[in-house]
Amino acid sequence: MEKLEFTFAAGQPAPGRTVTGVVASGDLEVLLEPGRDGTTTVAVQTSVDGYGGNWTALLERVFGPGTLPAARIEINDNGATPGVVRMRIEQAFEEVKP
Amino acid sequence: MTDIDQLLKRDSFIERNARSRARALLDPGTMRELAGPFERLHSPWLAMQHLVTQSDDGVVAAKGLLDGRPTVVLAIEGGFQGGSMGEIGGAKIAGSLELAARDNRRGIPTQAVILFETGGVRLQEANLGLAAIAEIQAAIVDLRRYTPVIGVSAGTVGCYGGMSIAAGLCSYLVLTREARLGLNGPLVIEQEAGVGEFDARNRSLIWGLTGGEQRVASGLADACVQDDSAEVRATVARLFGQGVPARHRSERAQEYLAALERADTAAQPTADAVRALYGATDNHRGDA
Repeated sequence: MEKLEFTFAAGQPAPGRTVTGVVASGDLEVLLEPGRDGTTTVAVQTSVDGYGGNWTALLERVFGPGTLPAARIEINDNGATPGVVRMRIEQAFEEVKP
Repeated sequence: MTDIDQLLKRDSFIERNARSRARALLDPGTMRELAGPFERLHSPWLAMQHLVTQSDDGVVAAKGLLDGRPTVVLAIEGGFQGGSMGEIGGAKIAGSLELAARDNRRGIPTQAVILFETGGVRLQEANLGLAAIAEIQAAIVDLRRYTPVIGVSAGTVGCYGGMSIAAGLCSYLVLTREARLGLNGPLVIEQEAGVGEFDARNRSLIWGLTGGEQRVASGLADACVQDDSAEVRATVARLFGQGVPARHRSERAQEYLAALERADTAAQPTADAVRALYGATDNHRGDA
């Protein structure tokens, strides 16, 4: 098990909180809460060690542009593929849309 | 309508996760989660063993209304650690049932549904998990004096171990054909007693003896439903409408033991033989 933390620039705080996904085999749980204005933090807990580079690349793609609402995100991952991770994150932002 | 059309149109209960199952049972807009994921009640024991935790420890405790009546739904997430019962998840179920019993004593008729999707105790939490299951069982027996406690197991995990005893204590039990109910799982039986006793690769044997259809036909469960959210909900509502049974299934333990005494253990039992054996105790409720 490995823990990773990331910080990205972001927009206005997210308008709500939600949880998507389950810590099932090949899946992950994403908890999304409003973040501090202009900053998104992502705390990852993953069952697979040694994939820090992949996490950095994937999260850079999602949050790098800095256009998403500011959020405090917690990810509990049980071996999800990058595509599944991205969909769960996008699902969470979709669900908190006003 | 063809089977395929029906398959595509229905709203699968099995495919829903625990939170979504709870929401499907309650009246729209009434669900409120107790000790939810943002309380971050992770299992401290899994983390110590370097296992990824889930923010609700695999149990969703939801309060709301079912056909306008106060109801608590306790949904076990089968996808997380096989739906295993640990200290936190177990305490959420037991605590919710205890609060429902207190509600009843104070004149608020709160009823309870437990969605069993569990292999039983979480081995990583050992005695704490077992203690939690004992508390759940005691709480079911307390609450069912006032109002029916309904168990549902939809699959695909099924319901095993100490939690199968908890299911047996419920006033009514609802299963799908995909669900399985048993004290020991097939692999455990094969490992402990040998492949001659039970072949865990033989799926028709497993479902033939422990599947939902067989359990209902043997009188060990009350309704076998399609994997359809509306049908599960309607069946649960109908069973609540029947009120507390005059005698709970667990109060007929002596009859079941007497039936088991008559079983011929020299040969592998068939599904029909088991139905005949339990049928002889005359305990069919016949409301499936």
